[in-house]
Amino acid sequence: MATKNIAGIPVEVNEEGYMSDPSQWSREIAVELAKEENIELTEKHFEILEFIRKEYESGVQLTIRKVGKSGIVDIKGLYELFPGGPLKKSSKIAGIPKPASCV
Amino acid sequence: MSAKEEKPLKKVCIICAKGSIEDVYATLIMANGAVMEGIEAKVFFTFFGLDAITKKQMKKLHTGVVGNPAMRMPGGLPFPTLLGILPGVEAGVSAMMKSQMEKLDIPPVDEFLDMITAGGGEIYACKLATDMFKLKKEDLSEHVIDIITVGDFYAMAGGENTQIIFT
Repeated sequence: MATKNIAGIPVEVNEEGYMSDPSQWSREIAVELAKEENIELTEKHFEILEFIRKEYESGVQLTIRKVGKSGIVDIKGLYELFPGGPLKKSSKIAGIPKPASCV
Repeated sequence: MSAKEEKPLKKVCIICAKGSIEDVYATLIMANGAVMEGIEAKVFFTFFGLDAITKKQMKKLHTGVVGNPAMRMPGGLPFPTLLGILPGVEAGVSAMMKSQMEKLDIPPVDEFLDMITAGGGEIYACKLATDMFKLKKEDLSEHVIDIITVGDFYAMAGGENTQIIFT
């Protein structure tokens, strides 16, 4: 566990860089976290981030299939928005724990 | 002991030669899991594994209920092989497996192929096996890039940190 200064706010993150406390999350933090992944966030990104945060809060196990059925983006689009790891990267930027899902 | 540097996996080439639910899904889950992690995935379907990418068969995969020592009743009791020979039992067990997987958000085969290819995974069919089963490109899922030889497949398996997995 470490404290990292993101967008001027001290944020608790684990050794892999996932935020420990999702309630600390803000849009400003998301922008900074996305930069570390070389992603520039658009409104579409934010729609997905809000969606997966909501799913996480309701205790649902996230899968790319669920995001693909959200009506926000299809799976191909999700891969384009978060290249090289759609579920992991979107979860990281959304400030929720690393998804423990194989699908 | 000297510290060994771990280099991340870059590419997996997966071979599926069997057509039961569990064999096909092992392949699909490994392939999808790879692309989700940003690992390149190439999947080669051969012999009975071709059922998974054959339009007529892909929705009708079954799991073997005869001679399968790991098969158990829902309560955990052994599943008698003699029960498995009754008509409809294999279909019933297979339907149950599929419904259990659906609960875990594991999609049907065709949708799984959509997901893998959406992530950049590539699907191939074995030339020798398609010749043997008299299958043509048009009999196969539209996700199949090509019918290729073993040599073609090995040619794709080059490069640093590549693994070949036989499921």
